[in-house]
Amino acid sequence: MKAAVSGTGAPVGSWTADEMMTVAAARQLRDGAACFVGIGLPSAAANLARRTHAPDLVLIYESGTLGSKPDRLPLSIGDGVLAETADAVISVPEVFNYWLQPGRIDVGFLGAAQIDRFANINTTVVGPSYDHPKVRLPGAGGAPEIAANCREVIVVVRHSARALVERVDFVTSLGYGSGAGDRERLGLRGRGPVMVITDLGILRPAAQTCELTLTTVHPGVDPQQAIDATGWPLSTAADLGTTAAPTLDELVALRALQQTLTDAP
Amino acid sequence: MAEITSLREGVAGLVSDGDTVALEGFTHLIPVAAGQEIIRQGRRDLTLVRMTPDIVYDQLIGAGCGRKLVFSWGGNPGVGSLHRFRDAVENDWPLPLEIEEHSHAGMANRYVAGASGLPFAVLRGYVGTDLAAHTTTIKPITCPFTGEQLTAVPALNPDVSIVHAQRADRRGNVQLWGIVGVQKEAVLAGRRSLVTVEEIVEELDERPGSVLLPSWAITCVAAVPRGAHPSYAHGYYQRDNAYYQAWDAISRDRNAFSAWQAELLSASRIS
Repeated sequence: MKAAVSGTGAPVGSWTADEMMTVAAARQLRDGAACFVGIGLPSAAANLARRTHAPDLVLIYESGTLGSKPDRLPLSIGDGVLAETADAVISVPEVFNYWLQPGRIDVGFLGAAQIDRFANINTTVVGPSYDHPKVRLPGAGGAPEIAANCREVIVVVRHSARALVERVDFVTSLGYGSGAGDRERLGLRGRGPVMVITDLGILRPAAQTCELTLTTVHPGVDPQQAIDATGWPLSTAADLGTTAAPTLDELVALRALQQTLTDAP
Repeated sequence: MAEITSLREGVAGLVSDGDTVALEGFTHLIPVAAGQEIIRQGRRDLTLVRMTPDIVYDQLIGAGCGRKLVFSWGGNPGVGSLHRFRDAVENDWPLPLEIEEHSHAGMANRYVAGASGLPFAVLRGYVGTDLAAHTTTIKPITCPFTGEQLTAVPALNPDVSIVHAQRADRRGNVQLWGIVGVQKEAVLAGRRSLVTVEEIVEELDERPGSVLLPSWAITCVAAVPRGAHPSYAHGYYQRDNAYYQAWDAISRDRNAFSAWQAELLSASRIS
């Protein structure tokens, strides 16, 4: 993951769009919840939550670390610090079969290369052809079952018309399919993506249609910016809100956490 | 009983052209030296299996050892793409690479079925995704007791499974700890197996949470100190993050990669 700022970056009192995104994502994690963490932006946010309002957040990584309490940002989902600080280290089959599959995990925290109007996620290929893709992405990893089986899912992604598209080129992980009712029809147990947090604001599925709708903008962001950076005609909520600015504590904690990436052995 | 052998003899004796070969190790204990020995020995037409193909699979693919890749996530963790893998899929260089793509849950269950002597595994997975449309080894199945619709994936039984562990004793009993990934399942699913270890000791002492693979379940054990580099071996050495970053530039460029490969082939021993 590329650190957005160093510890000596923006002066306290101002912040970058990435910092706002990470802080907004961290705030969504309830203390004591069990959270299945993807690497990159989600991992930074989950670790920030543990360092601020949610010290008892249970972090679960797909490498098989249950209840990790890393003192620095892990560089990968299998970083040694995750095992050293875990309540238990279990096998990969066990983490998926015993912990994720039965619905024991409250929140799945995912990133995305592409996400569409109905919150379907693509991390597989860009372009119309699977066999000869324009861009071959890493693939599914744990995400399809995280998206299916966690009680709810939060997605963190940088806002751009390339990332937020009308329809993903490939459904790697199901959001709401082609709209309301699809998840239920397919028998999925988890609720699906309840919000998409970007560096411009927060999108939530509309109650009737499950279409992602702009419900909150971050401070200083014009809703038109988010509309312009979205690949479908983005609707805005009637009661569009503004995210609370990052607090001093949040920024200090986040910058200290990002600094651990630079200091890593 | 496992035979204690050298890395070169172990790979030469167990890995043949056309084999299905799995190298496992989930970020931790990746059997990199064994993978590079496969390149050195010039194996071809391999079906390469791995949940998380990373640098060593990029190297195997770039060197033209593989015909097919069975996997669930292929990338350079924390850095970005595997450019040799992408070049093979996007441009058929150096050879076309067939892919069989799964999720982690599916791959893990395929190894469990393979280790268990079952033909397939059942899971709640893949539903609503496009993976099943492109991967023939993902099929719906109905529970005979409840009628519920689930997903079946076939067992993985590689011709050879290769893993790296911290230690073995002189009889070939293997012990690994830290993030244990899917290594036990991979070894038990394999028709043959090679375990490279950091060191061979007289006696294994107890380690909390360690996995023990008994000698009689393993074909060959070879001592290969730093055999997981640039990944890490818990209790022995840290991950070499600079190598992962440096690999990006080598992997991006066919000439840089070919130079890397030539250097590997000319090196008389593993660094």
